[in-house]
Amino acid sequence: MRLTEEEKQAAVEVTQAILGRLDQGDKGRIIPVLQQVQSKLGYVPQIAMEEVAAHFGVPPVDIYGIITFYNQFRLTPPGKNQVKICMGTACHMRGAHIIQEAWERRLNIKVGETTEDREYSLERVACVGCCTMAPVVVINEEVHGKITPTRVDGLLFSHQLDKRKMKEGDANNG
Amino acid sequence: MSEITITIDDRQISAREGDILLWAALDNGVYIPHLCAHREEEHPSASCRLCFVEMQGRPMPVPACTVKVADGMVVSTRSERVDALVAAGFELIMSNHRLDCKNCAANGSCELQRIAKERKLRLKPKNLPALERDLPVDSSAAGILYDPGKCVLCGHCVLACRSSGRGILGFTRRGYERIVTTFGDAPLGESGCDSCGACAGACPVGAFSTRKAR
Repeated sequence: MRLTEEEKQAAVEVTQAILGRLDQGDKGRIIPVLQQVQSKLGYVPQIAMEEVAAHFGVPPVDIYGIITFYNQFRLTPPGKNQVKICMGTACHMRGAHIIQEAWERRLNIKVGETTEDREYSLERVACVGCCTMAPVVVINEEVHGKITPTRVDGLLFSHQLDKRKMKEGDANNG
Repeated sequence: MSEITITIDDRQISAREGDILLWAALDNGVYIPHLCAHREEEHPSASCRLCFVEMQGRPMPVPACTVKVADGMVVSTRSERVDALVAAGFELIMSNHRLDCKNCAANGSCELQRIAKERKLRLKPKNLPALERDLPVDSSAAGILYDPGKCVLCGHCVLACRSSGRGILGFTRRGYERIVTTFGDAPLGESGCDSCGACAGACPVGAFSTRKAR
């Protein structure tokens, strides 16, 4: 995922503001700092990890190790549409991994990544609470049940149709 | 530090008080299987689960890398329980190690081969399926080859890279996916690696190896 210069600059500024006057020897602050970076930016870009590593005097790969160890951290910016695949027990039994593969294939990204056009990001979540509809996918806040690979195609298609309609609507109004 | 005497397998061994049992045994010619222990490391991770020994006064076998020697200590390196633990630990490690001894740079000097020979264990796991990870070999650095499929996660390369290299290697990810890699998973050739070879010298199993410059 390529970041723009503005994004890189914003990431550096946000990280430096959080690091501020923090004690450089207090390595226990590394994870709270990374959490704050993520809550401000929505993800933790490499350039922010390098800033944190330089501040605390640890190799950057150690920060990368922390980020990849904990599920709560994102490496890529969230997409406009966040697709969350439920991996709860019921969904798992009803083939959630097949649905995951379908999304990965259609969007051409892996779980935890964002498409190059920033339209979609893919995540796995634990139970969303409607196991009778398994396997479940949540797109933004909208819950879709009984998903099949064909319905993945359908959901994507209807999303694209909506987008095109919105664009045409804008053009007509403008 | 005072000289003390301990007994390992009915042999009297002299050591210095406060020494780690594993090193005291190895320095006196008693072999105990081990992968993850490192002499410079103050707090052992004790994660390879191979250096178990029986200690008089302890109800269960203990990893020798976590024990400091004390005067009059009586230790035996083999017992049914120890052998069972070591066999299980070794099989787990081998289920995640790409076996290719014939073409491996470490063939003959491999710590895994040594452990298998000393303890009469199979290199190929019998009860566990091999964990297929399909990790590509990294040949991007001028003088280093890295095959993560052979890595046993002992961490020696990470320590070596930090003490005498550029400090670019580290552990990332978690569980089955845990892997030694560089910042952002950059290939070695783009990560600032200068092919110093410290990792290859430290690797006990041939995951890191040196090669002639192209």
